[in-house]
Amino acid sequence: MAEPLFSVRGLKVALPDMTRKPLFGRAPLAEILKGLDFDLPRGSVTGIVGESGSGKSTLGRALVRLLEPSAGSVSFDGRDITHLPEAELRPVRRNLQMIFQDPMSSLNPRRTIASIIAAPLKQNGLGDNLKARVAEALQRVGLPQGFASRYRHELSGGQRQRVGIARALALSPKFVLADEIVSGLDVSTQAQILTLLEKLAADMGLTVAFISHDLSVIRRLCRQVIVMREGAIVEASATDTLFEKPQQAYTRDLLAAIPLPEIDDAWLLPAAKAPA
Amino acid sequence: MNALAKSCLDIRDLSAVLPNGLRVLRSVSLSVQPGEVRALVGESGAGKTMIGKAVLGVLPPSVRIVEGDMLLEGEDLGKLQPKARRTLIGARTALIPQDPLTALNPSRRIGPQMTDRLVRILGWSGEKADTRIRQLLDEVQIRDPERVLKCYPHELSGGMRQRVLIAAAFAAEPRLIVADEPTTALDVTVQKQILRLIAQLQREHGTAILFVTHDLGVVAKISQKVSVLYAGKVVEEAETAALFAAPQHPYTRALMAATPRYTDPLASLKPVDEAVLAGLAAEIAAADQAWRHPHG
Repeated sequence: MAEPLFSVRGLKVALPDMTRKPLFGRAPLAEILKGLDFDLPRGSVTGIVGESGSGKSTLGRALVRLLEPSAGSVSFDGRDITHLPEAELRPVRRNLQMIFQDPMSSLNPRRTIASIIAAPLKQNGLGDNLKARVAEALQRVGLPQGFASRYRHELSGGQRQRVGIARALALSPKFVLADEIVSGLDVSTQAQILTLLEKLAADMGLTVAFISHDLSVIRRLCRQVIVMREGAIVEASATDTLFEKPQQAYTRDLLAAIPLPEIDDAWLLPAAKAPA
Repeated sequence: MNALAKSCLDIRDLSAVLPNGLRVLRSVSLSVQPGEVRALVGESGAGKTMIGKAVLGVLPPSVRIVEGDMLLEGEDLGKLQPKARRTLIGARTALIPQDPLTALNPSRRIGPQMTDRLVRILGWSGEKADTRIRQLLDEVQIRDPERVLKCYPHELSGGMRQRVLIAAAFAAEPRLIVADEPTTALDVTVQKQILRLIAQLQREHGTAILFVTHDLGVVAKISQKVSVLYAGKVVEEAETAALFAAPQHPYTRALMAATPRYTDPLASLKPVDEAVLAGLAAEIAAADQAWRHPHG
């Protein structure tokens, strides 16, 4: 097996806790990630799941170096990027792309779809032949060529998310961070976007970190899963193992809390064990 | 009076239009029996929230009801004067909203916000309202009511805020509660606690609920009856158990296949077939045609 694309050791991130900020002066730091160790194998989709406040998005931002870790190391493609200065990070960044939760707020309302998709290409010196590259990006995500001249507000939620994917993949990156990319979408659209991402990840050999609060979505898409709680990893294993033989009580609780679309009269009854 | 008059809520052929003439509710009929939970399920734009708002009399000014009747415990809301209608709706219904943070006033403490409705709208004494609120906070398993009543909304977690609003909704013993996506913003483990709580209070108080949701999983767990909506039209209506055993409409089947199901990853998350959507568009066009030209 080749070396993993990401190798994370003892990762800690501390951020200012604004709820405890004095009126004047600095907010004290709160430790959001409490020492994480894991690898992301090349060419596969890893799910990162947890409830709100578990640190899953902070972890994502630390991976793509939008946040600088306070301790530990992150190595990407065999290179330690933990504290790499911005100038040296720049050539690495084209391989670290992101798809955001809300395409409405992550797409510039005043630019055409073509110009949104072209931005990362220009930034990275691929400004030649732009038209053809944008056309290819649109085609890749199943959008008609006519969309190139449209604006964000003319698109449906699912179409906007396709633009977000097209932009992230325009540079053919090695790694894509997908943070809750389907949570704002209807189920029918959600299924389309997931199917698209699944296909593109396989075709392009992408390594994807798929952050979600929804374990049902993760099962379909991911080869392995990291379950987080309060800034720590509760359980990390192959997807089938996690769903069929969850090792931790927390994972089992998460699974049991998902309302499956099937009749189950016992589901709403108070648990047999004593209430916590 | 016929048997239908006994329904807690009876909506008959309700149609509503936007100023441009577009129908947003398309001859919607549904009923909620006393003590029953009816789910309204559909994707965004299906009109499920619109129906809830129509019942509560809080439709946006641009939406105009052009046809149909709404009967609340047999009383025809359309035949009442506006003031009498508001009084009746205020006394017999309540809302559990989706986002408790926007439903609560951020600059007032929880206590007065909860008693306000009882005192100002229902004319209870302050003391009676206070006792009642504490009783309900106990029912929603808030262990330290003193602290919670003195809190501002932002000092409570999302789950706690939703508990407060559930307590407030049940406090005046409404006959009907409109629950509009009450658990959509919550984590799954909290969602389960909240659904359990709503079901328990609903049973104990015998309250009817019109439960708006986009999640077929929630429908399966909480409701006895269900109406599936698409573009403001009820495309299928059934007992919940029957719907899940044998969905009739192609759209219902497509929705079920699109809903993620971790126990069966390959059979779920299926994109909705274009043919199904084309069929729906035709069905709606035909319904609109028949509605505009009822005599051919």
